[in-house]
Amino acid sequence: MGAIPTLLLVIVLAFLMVHAAPGGPFDDERVLPPETQAALEAAYNLDEPLHQQLFNYLSGVVRGDLGPSYRYRDYTVSELIGSAFPVSLKLGAMAMLVALIVGVLAGTVAALRRNTALDKFVMAFAMTGISIPVFVIAPILVLLLAVKLQWLPAGWSGNEGTGRLVLPVIALALPQVAYIARLMRASMVDVLSSDFIRTARAQGLGTTAIIRYHALKPAMLPVLSYMGPAVAAILTGSVVVEEIFGIPGLGQFFVRGALNRDYTLVLGIVIFYAALVVLFNLVVDLLYGIIDPRIRRR
Amino acid sequence: MSRSMKVCGGILVFVVVLALVGPLISPHTYLQTNFDALLQKPTLGDFHLFGTDDLGRDLFVRVMLGAQVTILVAVVASIVSLVIGVAYGAVAGYVGGRVDAVMMRFVDTLYALPFIFFVILLMVAFERNFLLIFVAIGAINWLDMARIVRGQTLSLREREFVEAARLAGVSPARIVFRHIAPNLFGIVIVYVTLTIPQAILVESFLSFLGLGIQEPQTSLGALVDAGVNQMEGASWVLLIPATLLALILLCFNFLGDALRDYFDVRDQR
Repeated sequence: MGAIPTLLLVIVLAFLMVHAAPGGPFDDERVLPPETQAALEAAYNLDEPLHQQLFNYLSGVVRGDLGPSYRYRDYTVSELIGSAFPVSLKLGAMAMLVALIVGVLAGTVAALRRNTALDKFVMAFAMTGISIPVFVIAPILVLLLAVKLQWLPAGWSGNEGTGRLVLPVIALALPQVAYIARLMRASMVDVLSSDFIRTARAQGLGTTAIIRYHALKPAMLPVLSYMGPAVAAILTGSVVVEEIFGIPGLGQFFVRGALNRDYTLVLGIVIFYAALVVLFNLVVDLLYGIIDPRIRRR
Repeated sequence: MSRSMKVCGGILVFVVVLALVGPLISPHTYLQTNFDALLQKPTLGDFHLFGTDDLGRDLFVRVMLGAQVTILVAVVASIVSLVIGVAYGAVAGYVGGRVDAVMMRFVDTLYALPFIFFVILLMVAFERNFLLIFVAIGAINWLDMARIVRGQTLSLREREFVEAARLAGVSPARIVFRHIAPNLFGIVIVYVTLTIPQAILVESFLSFLGLGIQEPQTSLGALVDAGVNQMEGASWVLLIPATLLALILLCFNFLGDALRDYFDVRDQR
């Protein structure tokens, strides 16, 4: 797999995008004297030619150094990512787990009860879940469950314990539940109509045993290959969810950085996100080979 | 034509007409503030059909304007992605061979990336304006289109009328754009219907974060963002734009799905 060239392409593209922009990071609010401007640019090595800056940046990235943040003056971008990412990771991993379990279950049940009212209900729910964006679902959940019914805390700070995780995880997982349920139903319907399942049934195996020992693994393959895009979607969603619930994760730093024009921070986080997605796709490819031995022979 | 297609199509036509006509018949404008009527509940009396926001601006007019902007951005961005996707896919499919392999490998590479973050990067680096938003959103949604168009072109390329054109000495560029592209029409329409909700999603995502459409202009995403800040005291400021946005997305997705089934069925016959 071309994981390394892909990442290299990402870094170069992202770097050039930021540096091709008109105006520098230090010329927004007030006009600085030319000497101060020059001193600032020299301090951040912005006075060097572009290819030299790119080379410096690349060699920094290899060492895990993403440069200093322009706005959080005392921190490097790597430090900021390191402090904020664990929160986002916890949130994202839980959402992914919920999405997988609920999505696979719902899809399997819908496939087993094909064309019944239950199936139609699950599929209509899935369509709604795919269509409605996270930033609509999340506030409405808060309004309903936190403000009106007061069952769960709405915010992050001041609410210790697991209760504060429930709403963000649901909001983040819901669209993925919907996607996975749709994928799972389609592939389970396919698998259930294949010859080896008919053979198993002819031998008198019950439905539960057929699903567990024969149908689940092949039917999971499309879901597995969706895991890469799912990670990307959860990263995108976490940006919104962290903003709504006030969770101090990477997504919130990203939005703050984008609004403050903190070029290095935004650039660093984009590269970090891209690296995560590329890495996850690589893991999925490897897993694919383990689950489906036919792939390995190619 | 299935029933859901008619219902969804009808709702979308109604929303578009209402968004265009609504601001014209209302006595209020989207800019006019009224500090005597902050966060008023929906009422017929003052013609504040959807109430007012935290600056006393009429929410009905603002939601209709937001819907206009959201739909406009989505349609233009979809046309941008249509042009890129059809050109890219048709060339890859028609030329074939190594060029095709390299071009599609590039698409696969881009597929794996969280593209929306690059759009945010663009929004940070450049001055935000409508044109940039159109192009940036259009530029991330062309990958599906390119794949579909390439697949279709591969099969069209072998058809007799293309061979005839080739024998008659028509240039490859002319074959692609005059003979192959028109035959892609049906499938392209289906995928545009599915691209529009994706573009709406990206635009409202950016506007929700404050990185898209800027005040005093507005869009449904920006209105949802404003509504979130008021939801404890004035839930309608959130619920009305949120519901409209969800309705539009749901209808486009249902319509796209139904259209895809409709065309697939016809292909199998």
